Amino acid sequence: MSTEVILQTYHLSKRYKNRWAVKDVNLYVHRGDVFGFLGPNGAGKSTLIRMLLSLITPTEGHVELFGSRLRGHRRAVLSRVGGLVERADFYLYLSAKRNLEVVASMRGGVPRHAIDEVLEIVGLTDRGGDRVKTYSHGMKQRLGIAQALLGDPEFIILDEPTTGLDPQGIKEVRELIRKLSTERGITIFLSSHLLSEIEQTATSMAVINAGTLVVQGRVEELLTSGENIVRVDARPSEIAKQVIDRQPYVLGISATNGTFTVKMPLEKAASLNAALVHAGVEVHSLVPRRSLEEYFLSITEGASDTLPGRKP
Amino acid sequence: MQPAVAFLHTYSINPSMLSILKNELLKTYFKWRTYIGFIAILILVPLVEIALKLEGGSMIKGMTRSLEKDFFFVGNLFNGYFVTQLIMNSLWVHIPFLISLVAGDQLAGEATGGTFRLILIRPVSRSRILFAKYLTTLFYAFSLVAFLAALSLGLGVAMFGVGDLLVAGRELAIISQHEALGRMCLAFGLAIWSMWCVASLAFLFSSFVENAIGPIIGTMTVMVVFLVISNMPTSFFVPVKPYLFTTYLNVWQKALEASIPWETILHHVVILGCFSVGFYVATWYIFVKKDIVS
Repeated sequence: MSTEVILQTYHLSKRYKNRWAVKDVNLYVHRGDVFGFLGPNGAGKSTLIRMLLSLITPTEGHVELFGSRLRGHRRAVLSRVGGLVERADFYLYLSAKRNLEVVASMRGGVPRHAIDEVLEIVGLTDRGGDRVKTYSHGMKQRLGIAQALLGDPEFIILDEPTTGLDPQGIKEVRELIRKLSTERGITIFLSSHLLSEIEQTATSMAVINAGTLVVQGRVEELLTSGENIVRVDARPSEIAKQVIDRQPYVLGISATNGTFTVKMPLEKAASLNAALVHAGVEVHSLVPRRSLEEYFLSITEGASDTLPGRKP
Repeated sequence: MQPAVAFLHTYSINPSMLSILKNELLKTYFKWRTYIGFIAILILVPLVEIALKLEGGSMIKGMTRSLEKDFFFVGNLFNGYFVTQLIMNSLWVHIPFLISLVAGDQLAGEATGGTFRLILIRPVSRSRILFAKYLTTLFYAFSLVAFLAALSLGLGVAMFGVGDLLVAGRELAIISQHEALGRMCLAFGLAIWSMWCVASLAFLFSSFVENAIGPIIGTMTVMVVFLVISNMPTSFFVPVKPYLFTTYLNVWQKALEASIPWETILHHVVILGCFSVGFYVATWYIFVKKDIVS
C-alpha cells in the first residue's frame, strides 16, 4: 500500500437548515486503494461525494485532493479525477459517443481513440453510435463508468455504481473496478450500502452513519477486529443453552426470542454445531457474524448499537 | 489567478471555450424542443400571409379611408413590407413564448435530466459553462428572429410584391420603397436585441428551478403583466414604467417611424442591454453558488 494520501477531508460538514447531512468527517484515501465508503441509505454518502466533486459547497471544513485544497485549485485537481455521482444520467437524445465527446470537451478535449478505448473497456463498442435513450439501465451505468475514465484520471469516485443492476451486471462492474485498480493503477473511491460489495472489492473502507464517520481502516483489519458472534437458533433451547455454556471457547451468551447470541471465535462455529447435534439438539440455523457486519446490520435495521471497533 | 485574468479567461473566446460552446450548440440543436419555434413560424407565417392575400385589401382601405378625402394614395401599399410589419406584432407575445421554451430549458433542463452531475464535476469553471449556455441562448433567439424575418419578408415579397411601406402608429407614416427594406432590416436587428433581453430573463428563471415549465410560465407572466403596465395609458403607472424592461421592447418600432429617432433608439438599446446584463449577472450569482442536489 502506498503511503501517499491523495484524498483527505478535514472536519467536512454540510448542513441543510437545521439538519446536518454530514458532520465533521475526517477521511483519508491512499494512492492505489480501492476505498469502500459504506453506509445505509440516507447516511450522507452522496452528500459527501458531491462535496468531493464540488457539486455542493461544504458548510464547514474542506477537501484536499493530491495535496491541494479543492477550493482554490478546482481545475487542477478535478483534471485528475473522474466521477460518477449516483445514477448515470446522460443526454438521452445523443449517442453514447456524442455524450462522451461532451464530457471530453469539458476536460479540454481528449484524443478520438480515447473515447473508443473507454467504450471498449466497459464493453459498449458496438453500441457507441446508438442514442442513450435506447440503453438499458445496466448499459447506462457502464457508460457512466466510461465517462469517469475519460482523460486517464488517477482517482475515480463511483457512487453506488451497481445500484439497479442485475446479478450479472453487478459482477461485471465489480470485475471492472478490480481491473481498473490492478491493471491501470487507478485509485478508486467506491460508495455502497452493501457490506458484501465493499468486502469483495475494497482494500480499505470507512463506515458512515447519520452523517458521522463511524470507523475507517483496512478492510481485513476491520472485519477481523473486535468480538465476533454466532447467532444460534436451536431446540430445545434449555439443552442448547447448557451445551453452549459448556464449550470452553464461548466468551458470553445471551438469548432473545429463543435465539442465542454467542460471543466466540468464528472458526469454532463448526465445533459448536457438532456439539449441539451430538447432544441431540435440533439446529435450525447457525450464523457466524463479524463485529463490523453485526454493527452494520444493526444500523441498517434501525437499531442503536455501538461499534466495538475504533475511530480513525 | 488574478481576478482580472480569471475574468478574461472565463469570457475570452479561446479554443477551450469554443469547444464548450460547440457542445452547448450541439446539445441545443439536437433537441426536438428547439425546433418547435421554427415549426410554429413555418406554419404561422404562410397561414397569415395567405389569409391576408384573400382578405387583406380591405385592411388597407380601412386604414386609409379617413385620409382619402385629403390625400390621393398611389402604388401598391398592400405589399410584402406591409405584411411583414403586421407579422412583426408577434414579437410582443408569441416570439417571446417560443424563445422562453428554449432559454428556460438551458439550466432547468440539465437539472431535470440529472446531467449537471455529468458536466459540473469537470475541470471547467461554472462561469464558463454558464457563459457558453448564455451565448447559445442568444444565438437561438437570433436564429429564431432571423428565420421569422427571412420567411415573412421572402414570402411577403413573393406573394405581395414590393412598394412603399405604410406604417400606422400614433401617426401614419409612409416609407419609400427604396428605403423600406433597410428599415425592415434595422427593425429586425433591434427586435433581436429586444428578444435577447427576454431570453436573458427566461435564462435567469431557468436557474431558479429544476423543470423547464416554471421558467416559461414565469417569463410569460412577467411579460404580460409588465407589457400591460408599460402600455396602460394612465398616470398611475407612469413612475414605474421607466423601471420595466417591457417599456423599451418597442425599440424595433422606432425603426419604422417617418424619421428615425436615433437618440431614442440608442437610449432604449442601452437600457435593454443593461437589463440583459443584469439578468445574466443575477443568473451567474445564483448558478455559481447553487448546490447540485438533484
